[in-house]
Amino acid sequence: MKKFAVAGVIVGLFLAVTGCSGTGQDEGPDEASDLDLTYAVVTHGAPGDAFWDRVKSGAERAGKDYGVKVEYSSDADPAKQSQLVDGAVADKVDGIIVSMANPDGLEQSVKNAVAAGIPVVTINSGIDKWQEFGAMTHIGQSEEIAGKAVGTRLKAAGWKNALCVIQEAGNVGLEERCAAVTSTMGGKVTNLQVDGTDDNAVQATITSKLQADKTIDGVLTLGGQYGIDAVSAVEQAGSSAKVATFDLSQDVITNIKSGKIEFAVDQQPYVQGYAAVTALYLKSINGNDFGGGQPVYSGPAFITKENADAVGEYAAKGTR
Amino acid sequence: MATATATAADERVSGSSALGKVFKRPEVGALVAAIAVFVFFAVTTDTFATASGASTWLRSASTIGIMAVAVALLMIGGEFDLSAGAMTGFTGLAVGVMTTEWGLNIWAAMLVSLVLALGIGLLNGVLVMRTGLPSFIVTLGTFFVLQGINLAAVKAIIGQVAIQGMTNVPFYDQPHALFGSNVEIAGGRVYASVFWWILVTAVATWVLLKTRVGNWIFAVGGAQISARQVGVPVARTKIGLFMTTAGAGWLVGMLLLFTTSTVQSNTGVGQEFIYIICAVVGGCLLTGGYGSAVGAALGALIYGMTNQGIVYAGWDNNWLKAFLGVMLLGAVLLNEAVRRRAERSR
Repeated sequence: MKKFAVAGVIVGLFLAVTGCSGTGQDEGPDEASDLDLTYAVVTHGAPGDAFWDRVKSGAERAGKDYGVKVEYSSDADPAKQSQLVDGAVADKVDGIIVSMANPDGLEQSVKNAVAAGIPVVTINSGIDKWQEFGAMTHIGQSEEIAGKAVGTRLKAAGWKNALCVIQEAGNVGLEERCAAVTSTMGGKVTNLQVDGTDDNAVQATITSKLQADKTIDGVLTLGGQYGIDAVSAVEQAGSSAKVATFDLSQDVITNIKSGKIEFAVDQQPYVQGYAAVTALYLKSINGNDFGGGQPVYSGPAFITKENADAVGEYAAKGTR
Repeated sequence: MATATATAADERVSGSSALGKVFKRPEVGALVAAIAVFVFFAVTTDTFATASGASTWLRSASTIGIMAVAVALLMIGGEFDLSAGAMTGFTGLAVGVMTTEWGLNIWAAMLVSLVLALGIGLLNGVLVMRTGLPSFIVTLGTFFVLQGINLAAVKAIIGQVAIQGMTNVPFYDQPHALFGSNVEIAGGRVYASVFWWILVTAVATWVLLKTRVGNWIFAVGGAQISARQVGVPVARTKIGLFMTTAGAGWLVGMLLLFTTSTVQSNTGVGQEFIYIICAVVGGCLLTGGYGSAVGAALGALIYGMTNQGIVYAGWDNNWLKAFLGVMLLGAVLLNEAVRRRAERSR
């Protein structure tokens, strides 16, 4: 036994001395934390907006999963948003994720970022311009595809005279969405501008519009919380109008289950945040171009009475 | 500004009447606060104090600063202008609509926009002087009207709520060079708006401290009745001040339009209080008759530095407004403390 032990020790020593001489290949860092990557997310979301909070959660979760740092900032004013992008470039981040509600205002900043060699991924809005500005890909929902799909559904549901409630003055994407709905729904669609930062005012505006025109048979809102406002407005006005909405929240799911909201269109904001960080991460570790030069669609997914239960679980966690 | 005769109780201004003078300037508190904010972010972040970092917060401060200086003049004159924020959007939108939609020459459109702005300023001033209503109320009304026009009229005329395709307008490059271009200085981009900001601050300071009009502004804000009795043209001075903030609104509107090549219907809404805060941080009193243009410019600098510094520090963006509020309160308190010490030495 002793001999074996000695032999074992000798073999062990031999391996210990020689075994770690490596393969001579450059393998790069194994651990994500060795890379020390930082990505900046700059959106046009207003603080406290439920939708953008989900984008932020998705991006931050991806950051945690990959072990990279994700810095989120936002400003609805394109001038200020472009300053935030410039700031990220000055900070020499490893990637920038930007939502372009107003592409003209961000053009120079995004091009500067690309010129500085920083990979850029656009999310949510800006599907017509990302390629021109030199971004890697765009992750979001085509307003036109989603809007047309909704219009088709509304037509099938027999809507004739609808309101399209716009909550952000200045958001070109929302205007496009209403236009796309109009194109496939047929019938009459009236755009109604409300102040999205004040739910009370949103309810009141929709209520008075319903009282003023009794023939309105449907209200389409473009954000989850405004769907809830519309449900209350319909009740207050004593109208028989149906409600459908873009985007989800727990309350929207509850209202879908109880039949007060017909359906919700989920463009899956969590996916936008998570997939954008994924795209940058793949670029950082493997030089991949996510999306192959095409936009990547995060939606639309339709939530109706049939699948509301399954989705509800995640909505409760604030990720859908 | 009376020369200080220092008392022995306050050793910091002992004997030196020049130093006493310095400490009695309204902008001293803002200067100390600005240095404190700068040092804080320069130490805690990597990028803030670099040339490229500085270029972002200078740009951020510049457009706010131009408005803050104009609003400071008006506040020294004892009045408020809540329509100043929406005015920046209105003037830019007006140029955008006239050029991209109606094909008017870009310089002509800018001139029309300036005339419109000065007209609204004149209206504000005349309403305040004629009715005797507080300017707070009158300009609040103007603010809502402008906000409505910015949304409804623009939507009705161009079918959307943001100016698009501005760069394709003939001769766009000329005003762009004047208002929207940038030059590289020491590795950082300095935008045209920064130079305009310095110019506006210098002119306003000269007017306040070296001209008869400057004396009138202090007089109408400090003691309107006495001013009228000694022959100061009160109405003309105040109306001129309202037109000045409207004119500054036009300048900032042009800067925003030509720097980003777009303006949205909601541009500038909610900014009016930021201008007032910057002026107050810079030493203006809400009651009028006291303040400085340089102070307001420093107030805007503090705001711009905080705004970008929070991002560089990597703090959770959800706290941004709370941080800003605390910073501004801190700046105002520091300001008060410095001023009180200076007053004690009288």
